[in-house]
Amino acid sequence: MSTSANNGHARALPWALVTPALGWTLLFFVLPFIAMGFSSLTAHEGGGFTASNYSQFFTNPSYWQAMVNSLEVTAIVTVISVLLAYPFAWILAEQVPERWQRLALMLAVLPFWTSYVVRSYSWLLVLAQNGVINRALTGSGLISEPLQLANTRFATVTGFVHFFVMLLTLTIFANLKQLSPSYRKAAADLGAGPVRTFLDVVLPLTLPGIMVGAFLTFVLCIGDYITPQILGGNNELLMPQLVMMQIGRRGDFPLASALSIILMAVVTIAYLACARWLKIERA
Amino acid sequence: MRRIVRIASWLYAIAVYGFIFLPVVVLVLFSLQATSFPIPPFTGPSLRWYDAVLSDVRLTSALVNSLLVASISSLAAVTLGFLSAWGFARFVLPGSGLLRGLITLPLTVSYLIIGMGLLVLFNWAGVPKSLLAAGIGHVVINLPLCFAIIYSQMGDHQINIERAARDLGAPEWKVLLLITVPVMAPAIFAGFFLSMTFSWDEFVISFLLTRFDTTLPVEIWNLLRSGLNPKTNAVGSLVFAVSIVLVVFFELTLLRRKPA
Repeated sequence: MSTSANNGHARALPWALVTPALGWTLLFFVLPFIAMGFSSLTAHEGGGFTASNYSQFFTNPSYWQAMVNSLEVTAIVTVISVLLAYPFAWILAEQVPERWQRLALMLAVLPFWTSYVVRSYSWLLVLAQNGVINRALTGSGLISEPLQLANTRFATVTGFVHFFVMLLTLTIFANLKQLSPSYRKAAADLGAGPVRTFLDVVLPLTLPGIMVGAFLTFVLCIGDYITPQILGGNNELLMPQLVMMQIGRRGDFPLASALSIILMAVVTIAYLACARWLKIERA
Repeated sequence: MRRIVRIASWLYAIAVYGFIFLPVVVLVLFSLQATSFPIPPFTGPSLRWYDAVLSDVRLTSALVNSLLVASISSLAAVTLGFLSAWGFARFVLPGSGLLRGLITLPLTVSYLIIGMGLLVLFNWAGVPKSLLAAGIGHVVINLPLCFAIIYSQMGDHQINIERAARDLGAPEWKVLLLITVPVMAPAIFAGFFLSMTFSWDEFVISFLLTRFDTTLPVEIWNLLRSGLNPKTNAVGSLVFAVSIVLVVFFELTLLRRKPA
């Protein structure tokens, strides 16, 4: 690190550089959080301090159920996405010729760049009562009555998996490419076949990357409102839907604040549980 | 054995590509529908729904709003991010690790909660819902990203170039503008581009913090209330086209020049 200590203004300059960013973060991130904390401890009707917004969450079974739904959906989405994305990333990294890899990867994540709202809506087109899948199935005579695919947990999971397969393909692909070929050569020299090499060398070495991707999936999935609202409908509520409902219908900011803080606490617990896999270091 | 792996790989890859592209193909195909429902059978091609989108003032003004909010908030985020990254990378500051952690902290919190916090704060402080409020939220989510990207790219070899400029008598602001900014241009541009795409696509913060004048994702959300509608397909396809152009441009200009 270099310091220009002999410059007259050297003391003031560094602070002048970092203060705007720090100030912005304090004013528009930390302060709102404190405001939300205070709000969550006030009563919706009449004000005054109360813990009832938190106790409601633990006593009202429908609130509790939303958290259970969120955790279940997130767990299912994370597992399916990793299982689908890993072989796909492996094929892109190992089976596709080097000069086509960039293009193959870019194609694989192209729909990643469509608008998030539009992507969920597109799945609605596919899964609707008279949508593409149901028309194809009834048209081919496989089923006589259209299946209820939209407004179900299946639809929510499908929409999420679509998004996270692309995200995880990117991270796992990068991980596989970072792996030095000499590991594989060493394993082969020591007499391991391709299956053995994969299971004992490649998979363990890419596991930290998978964990980072899985954690990212967990965090983004559990906090998302759009996908469950568009594809799952209101048949079963997830936590973000429950939070938005408090604001939209009832203007109940205190309860919405409390539920947001509980949701964040769950993410923090998950973070602490995986913290040892998630060390992000400066390059 | 190798042959079997190859064939299985091909089949698997085709299946995943199919899954990834299915909704996009359906979206674009039925945006060309001639009748009023974006469901089979396909009755087009027709451009009538694109016509409907472009003559819908709510959608076109939302598009302009989105571009304004995205470009201004990204400019603010990348400026704040660059200055603070430079400050932290070049100077020894007390509590540096902690302060850097504070700047990147919003990355770990979901947009919904950031939006909720700002809603509660603005509501309490009497700040009305507006595009400005949403823009402030977009800077909150993009500043840590810009900071992290630019800070991670500030290596020691750039310090030497800066030191040379200082030794030759350049004042600090000249070093910044003529040396640091050009040297860091790829990272700065990457931060700006990513901020643009995230802000352009951001829904929940804009949904919570705007009222009448709003951004495109919120306006598309409002369209969804009318159910399946080829007009939504058309506007979605247009947004997709814009994003693809941006990504291809980004790929060609920036990633090609990346040193090995």
